[in-house]
Amino acid sequence: MKTIKSVIGGATLLLMAGSAALAARTDLVVGVVLEPPHLDPTASAAAAIDEILYANLFQGLTRIGRNGEVLPSLAESWEVSDDGKIYTFKLRSGVTFHDGTTFDAEDVKFTLDRARAEDSTNAQKQLFAAIDTVEVIDPETVKIMLSSPQGAFLYNLGWGDAVIVAPESAETNKEKPIGTGPFKFEKWAKGSSISLVKNADYWGEPVALEKAEFRVVPDAAAAIPALLSGDVQAFPQMPVGDALSQIESDPRFVVAIGATEGETILSTNNGKEPFNNIKVRQAIAHALNREEIIAGNGTAYGTPIGSHFSPANEAYVDLTGTYPYDPAKAKALLAEAGYPDGFKATLKLPPPAYARDGGQVVASQLRQVGIELEIIPVEWAQWLEQVFKNKDYDLTIVSHTEPNDINIYARDDYYFNYKNPAFKEVMNALEATADPKKRIELYQTAQKIIAEDAVNGFMFQLPKIGVWDAKLEGMWENSPIQANDLTEVKWSD
Amino acid sequence: MLAYLAKRIAIGLVTLIVASAVVFLVLEIVPGDPALLMLGMNAEPEALAALREDMGLNQPVVLRYFGWVAGMAFGDFGNSYTYSTPVLELIGGRVMVSLPLALISLFLSTAIALPVGIFAASRRGKPADTISMGAAQIGVAIPNFWFALILIYLFAVWLRLVPAGGFPGWDAGLWAGFKALFLPAIALALPQAAILARVTRSAMLEVLGEDYIRTARAKGMPRRIVLWHHALRNALIPVLTILGLQFAFLLAGTIIIENVFYLPGLGRLIFQAITQRDLIVVEGVVMLLVATVIAVNILVDIGYAIVDPRLRTRR
Repeated sequence: MKTIKSVIGGATLLLMAGSAALAARTDLVVGVVLEPPHLDPTASAAAAIDEILYANLFQGLTRIGRNGEVLPSLAESWEVSDDGKIYTFKLRSGVTFHDGTTFDAEDVKFTLDRARAEDSTNAQKQLFAAIDTVEVIDPETVKIMLSSPQGAFLYNLGWGDAVIVAPESAETNKEKPIGTGPFKFEKWAKGSSISLVKNADYWGEPVALEKAEFRVVPDAAAAIPALLSGDVQAFPQMPVGDALSQIESDPRFVVAIGATEGETILSTNNGKEPFNNIKVRQAIAHALNREEIIAGNGTAYGTPIGSHFSPANEAYVDLTGTYPYDPAKAKALLAEAGYPDGFKATLKLPPPAYARDGGQVVASQLRQVGIELEIIPVEWAQWLEQVFKNKDYDLTIVSHTEPNDINIYARDDYYFNYKNPAFKEVMNALEATADPKKRIELYQTAQKIIAEDAVNGFMFQLPKIGVWDAKLEGMWENSPIQANDLTEVKWSD
Repeated sequence: MLAYLAKRIAIGLVTLIVASAVVFLVLEIVPGDPALLMLGMNAEPEALAALREDMGLNQPVVLRYFGWVAGMAFGDFGNSYTYSTPVLELIGGRVMVSLPLALISLFLSTAIALPVGIFAASRRGKPADTISMGAAQIGVAIPNFWFALILIYLFAVWLRLVPAGGFPGWDAGLWAGFKALFLPAIALALPQAAILARVTRSAMLEVLGEDYIRTARAKGMPRRIVLWHHALRNALIPVLTILGLQFAFLLAGTIIIENVFYLPGLGRLIFQAITQRDLIVVEGVVMLLVATVIAVNILVDIGYAIVDPRLRTRR
C-alpha cells in the first residue's frame, strides 16, 4: 500500500508542478458551519451573513477592530457636540461601490433612514432608535442628531446591521451584494459556497488575498477531513466533535482558543414560582460548579463568568465569587425559601452542544441540592417560540452572542421576566453618558446588580475555537463582533 | 395495458392530492415562527410584524393552502422564506446534484448486486456462496454514514484522489462534478447492493427449485442458458419491487450522505429548511419526493408487465 501511495502521490505532484506558481498563495477557502439565508446584513439577524461579508465586502461608518475597539471606516473622523446629541461625520472621499457608483453623504442618509423606517425589517432596529434626524451637509459631511445622548452610538454604527448600502443596489443586495469593501462578490453556489474576489478599486490598503471562498461545511464529522485533505484551510469557528485533540497535535494546523461575545447562562424565568424568590435563585447559583460545567460543555473550553459581561471587555469585573460553589449553602437557602426537600422543574435545551451536553451537568448538579430537572430538548424554532417569545419555561441554557448586550436586563418584555428599577436607572444613565471612564463605572455597577440578584445562572463565556493552516497569518483569534475579517490575512510563504 | 396504466396514474394523482393536504397540515402544526427565526433574539415586535406581513404569514390557513396548491398546478411553488428566491429554482439547482447521485448509486448497486446474487445462487452452499453472502451481511449491517467516513479518510485524506466533500457545480466541468459524487455514490450504493444481492439470491434459489428448470436441465440445456434465460427473468419480479423501494430509500439516504459530504442536494435542502422553518421549501421538496416515488412505482408496475406477460392482460 505504501508504494501505491507514493506512486500516486508522485504522479499527482508531477501534475501539480506544471501549474503551481512559486509565489505565495493568494487564495483561501474558509469553512463556515451555516450558510447565510441571503447576503444582506441589514435585513436579517443571521450571524452567517456578517461572518462572510462584514468588513470584507460591506463597511459601516465605523468598524469594530479585533479587540472590540471602535475604529474609523467610511467615516474618516467625527465630532461630538458637548451635550452628546450631535455627531458630525467627515466621510472618506474617492470611495466607490463595487458597481461603480460613488459613495457619499446621501448613501449614509439613505442607509440610516431605511434601517429605522416604519416598514424596516432590520433585525437590530433598536441600534438606530436614538436617531432623530440625519442631515446631509455636503457630499462628504453628515450630521446625525440624536433625540437623547447615546454612549454606545459609535459602537452601534460598527455593527454589521449598520453597514452603508447604496439606494441603487439596496434591493438586490440579498442576491448580489454591492458594498465598498476590499473584496467584491463573485459567485454564490447555493448550498455550497460563496466566493469573493479582491476589489482592484478599493479605497484603502489593498488586501493580500486575491480570492476568498467561504465553503459551507455543516457537520463536525465532515470538518476534520475537509481540513486534513486541504480542501478547507481555515475554520474560524470549528464545529468541534471529539476530534479536536487530533488537530491540536498536528503541527500543520494552529488551534486558537479565543473569546466570543457569547455569555452562556442558565436563563431563569424570574416571573415564575419558585424562581421569583431570590433565595431560590441564589441557591441555584451556589449549586453550580462552573469548572465542571465547562469540562462537560462539549469543547472543554470556556472562561467562567459571574455576570452577563464578556471578560474581554475593558469594563469587565470578575464576579464569579459572588455566590461560590457550595451545595450545603444551596440546600440551606432552599430550606429558608420554604423548599427543604427541593422541588421539580423543567430545563429546555436548544440544539448546540454547550446546551445539550452542559445541560446534563447542570441537571446533575442541581439534583444534588434537591432540585429535580426534567430535561426537554427543543429545536431552535421551538426555543424561540416557546421560551423566547411566550416565556413558557422554567430554566433553559443559551448563549447570548450579541456583543455588549447587558441592556437586555432592562427590557420589560424580555424572556427573563426580570424587573429591577435600580438596574434600569443604571442603563438610562449609561445611555446618557459619553465619558468613557464613567461608562466603565456604570457597566461595572450593572454587572454587580444582576450578579447579586442572581437573575440567571451565569456559567461561562463561549470560546471561539479557530483552526487554520499554520502558514496562514492575520486571522482573528477573538470574535468581538460576528465577523471573519480577512482584510489582514495572508500566506506566510 | 392502457387501461391498467390509466388506473395507476389516476391512483397516483389522488395520492398526490392527499399528500399535499397532509404535508401542509403537519407543517402548520409544527411549532416555530419562521419570521422570528429570521430576526433572532433582538427582534423588535414591529419589525417582526412587518416581516410576517411580507412573508404572507398573516393570511388564513385555508387561503394559503389553496393558494399553494393552485400555484403548484401552474408550476409556481412560491418563494423560499429564508432565501427569498423561487422554490422551484432552488429545487432545480439541488436536483442537479441529488438525481445524478441517486442514479449513479442505483446503477452501481444493481451492477454489483445482480451478478453477485446470481453467482451465489448458482453456487449454493459452496464456499463462494458463503463468502459473498457473508460480505453482503456485513454490507447490510454497516451504517452508510460510517462507511462514508472510512471512504473519506481513505480516498480524500490519505490518497488525496478526490475531494473530502463539497460540490464544485457542473459548470466546473463534468469530470470535477463526477469526482465529487464518486465517494457519496459508493457510500450510498454498497449497503443497497448488499440488500439487493441477498434478495436476488433468494429469488433465484426459489426459481431454480421449480419444475420447469429441472425440465430444461433434463432436456440438456446448458446450465448458463438456464440460469440467465429461464431463471433470471422469473426471479426479476421481487428484485424489481426491491429496486423500486430502494429508489425511495436512496432519496432518503441522501439526507445523511449529503450532510457527511456537505453536498448541496435535496437532502441538505430539506434538512436546512426544516431547522430554519422554511416551510414552503419543505412542502415543495416533500411534494417533489412524493411525486417521484409515485412515478417510480408506476414505472416498476410497467416493468412487471414487461417481465411477466401474464400481468399485461390480467388486470
